[in-house]
Amino acid sequence: MMKEQAKFFWAGIRSEVPLLIGVFPFGMIYGALALNAGLTASAAQAMSSIVFAGSAQFVTAQLLRESAPGFVIVLTVAIVNLRHVLYSASLAPYLAPLSTRWKTLLAYLLTDEAYAPTILKYEREGATPQAHWFLLGAGLALWGTWQGSTALGIFLGTAIPESWSLDFALPLTFIAMVVPVLKGRPYVAATFSAGATALAAHSLPYKLGLILAALVGITVGTYLEKKGE
Amino acid sequence: MNIWLVMLFGGLITFGMRFSLIFLFGRLKVPETMRRALHYVPPAVLSAIIFPELFLREGTLDLSMENFRLLAGLAAVLIAWFSRNTLVTIIAGMAVLFLLQFFL
Repeated sequence: MMKEQAKFFWAGIRSEVPLLIGVFPFGMIYGALALNAGLTASAAQAMSSIVFAGSAQFVTAQLLRESAPGFVIVLTVAIVNLRHVLYSASLAPYLAPLSTRWKTLLAYLLTDEAYAPTILKYEREGATPQAHWFLLGAGLALWGTWQGSTALGIFLGTAIPESWSLDFALPLTFIAMVVPVLKGRPYVAATFSAGATALAAHSLPYKLGLILAALVGITVGTYLEKKGE
Repeated sequence: MNIWLVMLFGGLITFGMRFSLIFLFGRLKVPETMRRALHYVPPAVLSAIIFPELFLREGTLDLSMENFRLLAGLAAVLIAWFSRNTLVTIIAGMAVLFLLQFFL
């Protein structure tokens, strides 16, 4: 029994290693940018364990820099992280026999990077009684890496001079995230309609233009995809 | 505004969504339209942040060649398209902005 658990746990960690190579610099950039956006070192570090979601943390840092009000930031985080409902749905049948305590822990660790290898494992091998140790291994490996890389980024971030326009690295990070997913007309239309709405509505109070633009982009993309079928 | 409160709510909502259907298994299903719509969340939210950062200077639209952030941003789009690499895109985009500010 123990051996079986350890086997799954280590397999989870091993499956995560290639992903960690990409995650580490990302965490460092987050740490440095969060400081640059005006967060204290302790707040920047704490966000990596309280929110524990890369893109949402970048967005939060950006919106704090623009002094967006709290409810708009929280609402944006909710929209950005909505995809986790899908991960939750897709893993639910495999995790159903577990105790609430296990479900709580594994849900906390359920990031994009932990979800991807875990669902592949389940789909390949089906549910076995100890298979959740795989998700625990993958999730903890990612968690540790994320905390460590954030800390290093905060440490190095204090050494970067103001004149380097480091704040520009945030939109650049977002560009690097968006461009690869533009695979087809609905995606391009979602991008440009959201962008144009954001420009037209940027003077709305409380940064509500951002929420409006996101909703327009999502609606346009979904509508065009449906129409195209 | 309290940044810790914002983080706490952001964290609770994120956890809530990760926990939601693991907890409610069998009692709730994700509607097909939402499943579809989720694909468009990243491009929509992120470009709603990117566009004003690139096109606006002090709140007004600036399409001139003096808008270095726009030029560097467009260069970054091309770099991201061909490299498909986050780190390369950030470093190259920063380099373009730096060079523009330095030489022009």
